[in-house]
Amino acid sequence: MNKKRPVNLDLSTVKLPITAYVSILHRLSGVFLFAGVAVLLWMLDSSLDSQESFAAVRDASNNPVFKFVLWAVLAGLAYHTVMGIRHLLMDCGLGESLEGGKRGATIALVLAIVLIALLGVWVW
Amino acid sequence: MVTSVTSFGRSGLYDWLIQRVGAVVMAAYVVFICVYIATNPELTYEQWHALFGQLWVRVFSLVTLLSFITHAWIGLWSVLTDYLTERLMGGKATVLRILAQVLLGGVSVTYLVWGIEILWGFK
Repeated sequence: MNKKRPVNLDLSTVKLPITAYVSILHRLSGVFLFAGVAVLLWMLDSSLDSQESFAAVRDASNNPVFKFVLWAVLAGLAYHTVMGIRHLLMDCGLGESLEGGKRGATIALVLAIVLIALLGVWVW
Repeated sequence: MVTSVTSFGRSGLYDWLIQRVGAVVMAAYVVFICVYIATNPELTYEQWHALFGQLWVRVFSLVTLLSFITHAWIGLWSVLTDYLTERLMGGKATVLRILAQVLLGGVSVTYLVWGIEILWGFK
């Protein structure tokens, strides 16, 4: 491969469309979830271990800091899942045009925000 | 290139498929857990314990965890090969990326062993 080929993708000089923001957030939420799944594994571990540790998970979910952490992980999961389903639909040929892609991104973003808000209501 | 040898299936098409099959499994698991929690608002330890006492739930959980690990490996490989490049990081890029991937591999194995211990370890 020619390593000297010109590269001009200074993203700070380019005005990004909604599809780009949605895609960048999909990546960020994915990276975040790789760490965040540890919280979910801890919850599964404690909730199954014994009656006492099950109660400990219940108690932890009343702690405001833990509430926020849990909501953040679930928000990441909700966002990544919605955007992942959009990806699968696009793999099937749906919303692949420029206009369709923008519309799909907007719909998925609105759906994700609603889900994240509902998860907030559920956690608090 | 040193990038493809660290990909999951050593082939873009194979990675693409594995990532999507895993995505469908994980989406199904998320729906399953959400429906269970929504239909059991006053969940007790006994109910939860009995749910995960069933073999199919353990297997479904383990397959989901395996899907998570492979899906994450493929996704994070894409991120690392995009940003830890010689153009962005200079000559040490490959060393940095391999170190990052070793770390991710270590975390993945830890998650897997921990997950098996959770699912088959409780009484």
